[in-house]
Amino acid sequence: MLAEFGQFTLILSFAIALFQMVIGLLPLMQHADKHNMLSSITNRAAVLQAILLALSFAILLLLFASSDFSLKIIVEHSHSQKPLFYKIAATWGNHEGSILLFSLIISVLGACLSLFGGKLDIKFLSTTLAIQAMLAVAILGFIIFTSNPFERLNIVPIEGNNLNPLLQDWALAVHPPLLYLGYVGLSIPFSFAIAALLTEKVDEEWAKWVRPWTLFAWACLTGGIALGSYWAYYELGWGGFWFWDPVENASLMPWLAATALLHSAIVMEKRGALGSWTILLAIVAFGLSLLGTFLVRSGILTSVHAFAVDPERGIVILAILFYFMAGAFSLYAFKSGHIKQRGVFAPISREGALLLNNLILSVMLVTVFVGTLYPLFIDAIGASKLSVGAPFFNQTFIPLAVPLLILLPIGNMLPWKKADFLVAMKKLIWVFLLAFATMLMFLYLTGHRDILAWAAVLLGVWLVFGAVWEILYSARFGQIEWHLALRRLFNLRRAKFAVMLAHMGVGVLVLGLAAMSAWRVQNIQEMTVGDKMTIAGFELEFDNVQNQTASNYNEIVGNFTLSKDGVNLGNLATAKRRYLKRSSPTTEVGLYNHYFGQVYIAFGVLGENNKVQLRAYYNPLVLLIWLGPLLMMLGGFLSLTDRRGRKVNRAALKQEALHV
Amino acid sequence: MFKRLVILCIISIFSFHHAQAALKVVPLQDVTLEQRAKDLSLELRCLVCQNQSIESSDADLAIDLKILVREQILQGKTDLEIKQFLVDRYGEFVLLKPLFSGQNSFLWLTPIIFLALAFLSAYIYFRNMNKTQKDEPADQ
Repeated sequence: MLAEFGQFTLILSFAIALFQMVIGLLPLMQHADKHNMLSSITNRAAVLQAILLALSFAILLLLFASSDFSLKIIVEHSHSQKPLFYKIAATWGNHEGSILLFSLIISVLGACLSLFGGKLDIKFLSTTLAIQAMLAVAILGFIIFTSNPFERLNIVPIEGNNLNPLLQDWALAVHPPLLYLGYVGLSIPFSFAIAALLTEKVDEEWAKWVRPWTLFAWACLTGGIALGSYWAYYELGWGGFWFWDPVENASLMPWLAATALLHSAIVMEKRGALGSWTILLAIVAFGLSLLGTFLVRSGILTSVHAFAVDPERGIVILAILFYFMAGAFSLYAFKSGHIKQRGVFAPISREGALLLNNLILSVMLVTVFVGTLYPLFIDAIGASKLSVGAPFFNQTFIPLAVPLLILLPIGNMLPWKKADFLVAMKKLIWVFLLAFATMLMFLYLTGHRDILAWAAVLLGVWLVFGAVWEILYSARFGQIEWHLALRRLFNLRRAKFAVMLAHMGVGVLVLGLAAMSAWRVQNIQEMTVGDKMTIAGFELEFDNVQNQTASNYNEIVGNFTLSKDGVNLGNLATAKRRYLKRSSPTTEVGLYNHYFGQVYIAFGVLGENNKVQLRAYYNPLVLLIWLGPLLMMLGGFLSLTDRRGRKVNRAALKQEALHV
Repeated sequence: MFKRLVILCIISIFSFHHAQAALKVVPLQDVTLEQRAKDLSLELRCLVCQNQSIESSDADLAIDLKILVREQILQGKTDLEIKQFLVDRYGEFVLLKPLFSGQNSFLWLTPIIFLALAFLSAYIYFRNMNKTQKDEPADQ
């Protein structure tokens, strides 16, 4: 019964979304005096639709948690012996459930907008919600007609078929919802863009509204990508963290677009320029989210992350993608001419710097786009079958990223409208010298002689110090007395600190990447119990091998004692794990944190005569690779807490309090 | 091509149980040659894996290829000759970095072409901006 009720609310939600779409579009054609009434109906429909869908998803979650094997997808993707956490995570660890989650987020974001968007122009808000409903209709229709999660089986089996063992992991359980929040979060800027074109309302006010939503999506996307990367790092067992895999690229593309959008929306909000470009970016960013969903869901590309794939369903997602993008781009072509070009600025200015940021990010985006889809294209025209992998992307992407990053701290020093490059450089001379000194210290400590590694470390430190200096400069350190500057620092807007955190995160990420490419140590050795191996000054002693059986897998565990300079640092274990009902084994790695670096061990081939092959790595500063994105994400969320409207109110309240 | 991959996959699945066979990659004595072998291995696709280089894989085929790369390096072949040998055997699919050929020039030139386009459009943008500024000197 519960499942039928879930399906019922799902269909009801679909119907309401359809209704919301139609009513929401009416104000475009109707006289203004009816707008209020129509808009309040749309608002309520948005909330109701989200609640019904949430109910449907909650029911599916409950059915997964209670292992109801009368449902087809639960049989296919769960198992009664699985820990509860993974039973719940299995809800979105499959095609139907994940698409349901996708549409749930669309609806919930729409409901949030209808609840908090009261200050928006009525006609504009109503149109935005209609577009959001149109997306919900497309995705819900897709679910109801092709991928019904509540499909029952005639013969109820007593046991399920488990989830892909690789997916039985906390990071991967949390990763899809976070990533989807990012993907789908970009649907609001998209709906805003379409509504702006339809109502011909493209101005600073629009940019002000679009920024927080983009920021939210961007922060979630950043976190989601980082989490996915960390998962791959410890789960795939060879210590890589970014493979330029199609699925990774699929999430990187909307991230690049969202990053560009964040920066161009600043220009639009502050100066009214780049309006047409910002609208285009908002459309493209969400288009790339849909494309990413299509690439992952259809399994059209071979990937280390691919699971639950089905080409036919991919076609439907492709059709949805095509419909929305064709519609959006035609609308853009017709209407973007009306967008007024305002805000004059010189090439060397804050606006110019942000424009350059956008240009480079776009070229990076196109490079990833072409590189990812090129093999498909070549295959489709029947020319040949080829691969575009990590070496290609490293060779093309990095040379584009480096100038962008070098210029980042300088761009932040430029004033609006018109600036002098040399003056900005002069303000940064101490930052550069300090960064250079830090790099020399780094080199002295490590004794490495690779010029590229020097440059990469310098870049990372330059970004970190540049970010810190930017906020000190805003507080006027060095210009006014330090205690006055300190007071100014504490009174700076939180958004300023957010920018510092995010840009610092970029530097931290660069440092991690630099260290990993220059100082990583690897040792592969065949070992039997009692053997010793050394890696980067650490010593590993092979203690024993155990066979273990858990509720849903068998594993061969190797236990090692890690020590450094004769000091015992504890045990490290690595395992080859074989899940029930799955033939391919997975590798569990052993990790030991050493400051920001890690000792990483993983079983390679298990040989005869108790011989095992051990892959050991010392990954210096590797944690910075995820700490950087974490800082960026925190920066994004911190910025979201800084709402200018509220800020004014609070200041007023403080004034009042003082008077009392 | 696809059929061959499927067959390779099937073979690799069945052969997992004998993966314990004595196959082993013996690092080359010469450090620079070994580094060359590693660098080259990073550019070769493990055909039976999802999306990995042979350097990062323990699949039988990857081990075979790693051994083959080292053999050919010892025979004095250049990187390009080794790549060509593998392309003849497995098709261009084996290369993670496509060759710069006429067909692939679009792929390789993409960053440069689009960078040029980006700066060209920025140039036009600023030129138009200056023009409108001159046309409407009374900027509200």
